Amino acid sequence: MSWQENCIAFMTILRKEVTRFMRIWQQAILPPVITTSLYFIIFGNLIGPRIGDMGGHPYMDFIVPGLILMSVITNAYANVSSSFFSAKFQRSIEELQVSPAPNSVILLGYVGGGVARGLVVGIVVTAVSLFFSKLSVHSLPTMVSIVILTAVLFSLAGFLNGVFAQKFDDVTIIPNFVLTPLTYLGGIFYSIKLLPDFWQAVSYINPILYMINAFRYGFLGISDINLGLSFIIILGFIVLLFVINLRLLKSGFGIRQ
Amino acid sequence: MVAALTLSNLKKTYGDGQVALKGISMTVEQGDFFALLGKNGAGKSTAIGIISSLVNKSAGSVQVFDADIDVDFARAKSYIGIVPQEINCSVFETADQIVMNQAGYYGIGRKIARQRTDHYLSQLGLSEKKDVPTKSLSGGMKRRLMIARALVNEPKLLILDEPTAGVDIETRRSMWDYLVEINKKGTTIILTTHYLEEAESLCRNIAIIESGELIENTSTKTLLAQLKQETYVLDLADPIDKLPDRLARSDAQSWTLKNDMTLEVVVPKSLGINSFFETLTNNNIRVQSMRNKTNRLEQLFLEMTDHVSKSNGIKPNDRGNNAR
Ligand SMILES: Nc1ncnc2c1ncn2[C@@H]1O[C@H](COP(=O)(O)OP(=O)(O)OP(=O)(O)O)[C@@H](O)[C@H]1O
Ligand SMILES: [Mg+2]
Repeated sequence: MSWQENCIAFMTILRKEVTRFMRIWQQAILPPVITTSLYFIIFGNLIGPRIGDMGGHPYMDFIVPGLILMSVITNAYANVSSSFFSAKFQRSIEELQVSPAPNSVILLGYVGGGVARGLVVGIVVTAVSLFFSKLSVHSLPTMVSIVILTAVLFSLAGFLNGVFAQKFDDVTIIPNFVLTPLTYLGGIFYSIKLLPDFWQAVSYINPILYMINAFRYGFLGISDINLGLSFIIILGFIVLLFVINLRLLKSGFGIRQ
Repeated sequence: MVAALTLSNLKKTYGDGQVALKGISMTVEQGDFFALLGKNGAGKSTAIGIISSLVNKSAGSVQVFDADIDVDFARAKSYIGIVPQEINCSVFETADQIVMNQAGYYGIGRKIARQRTDHYLSQLGLSEKKDVPTKSLSGGMKRRLMIARALVNEPKLLILDEPTAGVDIETRRSMWDYLVEINKKGTTIILTTHYLEEAESLCRNIAIIESGELIENTSTKTLLAQLKQETYVLDLADPIDKLPDRLARSDAQSWTLKNDMTLEVVVPKSLGINSFFETLTNNNIRVQSMRNKTNRLEQLFLEMTDHVSKSNGIKPNDRGNNAR
């Protein structure tokens, strides 16, 4: 297919994905907004004032970036994993398989859908956060690039999950047992400088720590880790996951007998 | 002129060890209307799955017009339109979205996609239902939607896997008319079916698959002629060393001398047995005993239709209504 035809195919998948999550917005957009609002109220408003400053900023301001990024991560991931799995389950994935659209376009289309949902939820959550704290922007380019790259990364991860999933439960195992713990331990609620040396060292293994800190840097200009390292790690994971997914698609893993 | 489809020694063994295709080779010419027949589990859908990239083949090659599916897969796919045996679309999307999206996957721009979607949905009688989710469509409507979806890239080769299964007689008729019409316009069509009548009234050529092997590949005419004749084996009372000339030259009956004590004769069912006994008497050949040789093809069709009538609850006689 020509470049232009590939673009049409990509836009078609993207539009289809956006239509899908907008159709189920009560499940896709509303819950993360409610959950993060509760975090804002409980940790920010009720408990926050007792904690005082964190990293030189009011506790509420400290946790807002991490909470926004968490909702982006979970939604980008969930969108792609459940959409791809249900396409497999209903066999509508065959519509794409019989078409001449290249695997890379199919992958990018799904990732685009995940990024779109992550960003929509991220923007709504950010808007809600304005009721509780005022938005300070230290570096807009950092903020925007980190949120997009993180959404891409977790969309790719969600795709991998969707490829391997064989039943609906398989789509929730990784988010529940891996993603949520890593996010919570990734320094949303605290600076890892507060941790004992050993746990600080352990925290550095957690890739989500790098994303949350870099994102927070975009807001507040503070970070527990080196910004350049964050970008390298995120980009590294993106490339790795992209290649793995593409190979799986090519081999027909899970979709071709 | 290059063939529309060429299968060479196509083999498939599924992951669980199930051998579905044992090496199938066949050719479908451009413009043909071709039927693939076979019992349940014969391997028809597997073959179609391989041609349309839904199933990985174990060996062999597939060429669609000038494109090999392993080398030029994008081009090969762009030539094909596929109507699957089982409905495979999202239950939440509408007919309109499904057909529009399918066009998009082929890289067809919105404007043309819009025109074609409207056109094919209307041709298949789905205009009124185009904006309801497919879960609220009836079975026959979903089947027609599958056809509209397969046509949106205006394929040169349309493959339909049991398009008329579970479709009422009226809809079946109009589907047939529609398929004949697009075939006339130049689209090569391959369809699988369990109904000989369907193949008979639509298709010029027929291939039969049994247990993963191609056991017949001929014109519909030849096949029907074979079905309408009977073979008898005659054990002779006295040996003869040569087939009498009068027998060898006979038009209506076809005689073969198997050995000096055995004669075989093939006669159209319509002629009956008397016709060749006369010939025998005239040639002074005395027959000790006679038996009927089973017609393998007939046997196969009996089993095939038996299966279908059991699974669909259709009495074999009902199917007579299909003949046009
Ligand atoms: N996904 C699969 N895994 C394992 N075996 C399979 C699979 N699909 C089909 N088979 C087996 O391959 C053989 C051929 O099946 P296929 O679906 O090609 O038959 P068919 O001719 O289309 O039959 P029908 O008329 O019932 O549709 C059968 O024995 C079937 O059990
Ligand atoms: Mg089948």
